[in-house]
Amino acid sequence: MKITQLSIFLENTAGRMREVTGILSQAGINIRALSLAETTDFGILRVIVNDPQKAVEALRAAHFTVRETPILAVEVPDRPGGLHSLLETLAGESINVEYVYGFVEKRSDNALIVIRVEQPDRAIAVLQQKGFRVVANQEIGSL
Amino acid sequence: MYWEKDRECMPVEQLRREQLLNLQKTVARVYDRVPFYKRRLDENGVKPADIRSLDDIRLLPFITKDDLREGYPFGLFATPLDEVVRIHSSSGTTGKPVVAGYTRADVALWAGLMARTLRCGEVTSRDIVQVAYGYGLFTGGLGAHYGAEAVGATVIPMSGGNNKRQIMLMQDFGTTVLCCTPSYALALAETAIEMGVSAGALKLRVGFYGAEPWPEDMRAAIEQRLASKAIDIYGLTEVIGPGVASECMNQKGLHVFEDHFYPEIIHPDTGDALPDGQRGEMVFTSLTKEAFPILRFRTRDITRLIPGDCPCGRTLRRMEKVSDRTDDMLIIRGVNVFPSQIETVLLAIEEAEPHFQIIVKRDGPLDELEVLFEVDEAHFSDEVKVLQAIEHKVSREIESVTGLRAAVRLVEPKTMERSMGKRKRVIDLRKEPRP
Repeated sequence: MKITQLSIFLENTAGRMREVTGILSQAGINIRALSLAETTDFGILRVIVNDPQKAVEALRAAHFTVRETPILAVEVPDRPGGLHSLLETLAGESINVEYVYGFVEKRSDNALIVIRVEQPDRAIAVLQQKGFRVVANQEIGSL
Repeated sequence: MYWEKDRECMPVEQLRREQLLNLQKTVARVYDRVPFYKRRLDENGVKPADIRSLDDIRLLPFITKDDLREGYPFGLFATPLDEVVRIHSSSGTTGKPVVAGYTRADVALWAGLMARTLRCGEVTSRDIVQVAYGYGLFTGGLGAHYGAEAVGATVIPMSGGNNKRQIMLMQDFGTTVLCCTPSYALALAETAIEMGVSAGALKLRVGFYGAEPWPEDMRAAIEQRLASKAIDIYGLTEVIGPGVASECMNQKGLHVFEDHFYPEIIHPDTGDALPDGQRGEMVFTSLTKEAFPILRFRTRDITRLIPGDCPCGRTLRRMEKVSDRTDDMLIIRGVNVFPSQIETVLLAIEEAEPHFQIIVKRDGPLDELEVLFEVDEAHFSDEVKVLQAIEHKVSREIESVTGLRAAVRLVEPKTMERSMGKRKRVIDLRKEPRP
């Protein structure tokens, strides 16, 4: 029930992220969600795309360091407190959250949240038990 | 202390006569048996019978590493493969590797030459020799191993890596002799300090360090940190491996085992022979090897043959410590730093690739050391804290090995400037001369 996130290493130089978006656009890859973590000298671009395999090949061909990271995508109600209920559930089980970001689009009354936790398998079980819908890879491709 | 006194101290006249005889034999042999050499000699209009004196060696064409690669893999062997009992090869970092073959007699010769090397440092059957050169295709490990067995010492075949275990066994087994690269010796010294093992607690007496050029400052550092003598040894896979030349206890140049390898110093641009004492490129011709003889191999190492006798009594001429690549050494805030030290640090950290670049800047009154390195893709993470932990680890290790705090920075792979296919490892941006 995990989805594939691509993590891409970026040096902190002007235009580097634009090169990534250029490569993805050339390969006909659609970005569904993204977040950028940055330090003073490097950044990690995290993206969810419709075709991870193809995206990895295109980026590696351009000598980018890319890693496929299994990650959770969870639907939360798109209303005040939606994300809070998710985080509260995890906190209640002492599951540590590394980072969170949201999908760009939505297709229902729910918002789709990408979440990286320390114990993904336990998190899935806990969330499903509490009635959260954890989204699979196939669904991302057909979004 | 000698291994073969009658050979190592042979009267020079006799040595020259024997060298000429063996040179003539070798030239005739390769002319008959190796089509490559026949072609090269024919192109130069030289016949084996033209070699009437040692100086006639100058009639022979030079052989370069590229020539040897052309023969890849076995094209330059002078014996059929069924007489070859061992294969070694160069690393091949710049292309196809050079493959060296050894007959049973070659292996025995090599063991004897490494025994000579160890005897130069007064190793006997009472010694415990830890071989921390890599075992495998690289000639270092097995070369030292066979030599140490020949002198009857107790051999610990450690190979490289696993620093803590190296120190533990050194302590528990009472290792008296260490064989490894000089930068690895420094890394081991560092590990010992980390483990709280003082050099005084080790029984180490002498080390045989080679396979890379290392300057005198590095020798001083090794001798002090490992509280033992550091002997420089020299050799190349193309010639035989280690066992081509070695320092004696006087440490004033390396005795070339010239009864087996004839040394010449030439002008690197013109190829002209230079007299003893003058600095130039070292060229070797093997005189007694069977499977993989070599004529006038250009080593690209800059050195000179030192005139005069050595107090040790050996009549074998000495070559000066190869130091051409030592301009590599950087002095940063008064501290000597060798790029190989940085490389050793990165090699020991599996999350980092050993590709790096050192940038030295002068920021105000202080020199700044910056080290760029690539993350290993298998260890690349989506989490910032993991990558920062790798940076901190590298920084901490560099500081413990060099004593300098370096600004370390992860970079994308293959972005570092490379020249001639190899990356430029050091960029010194300090314009002003050092005070």
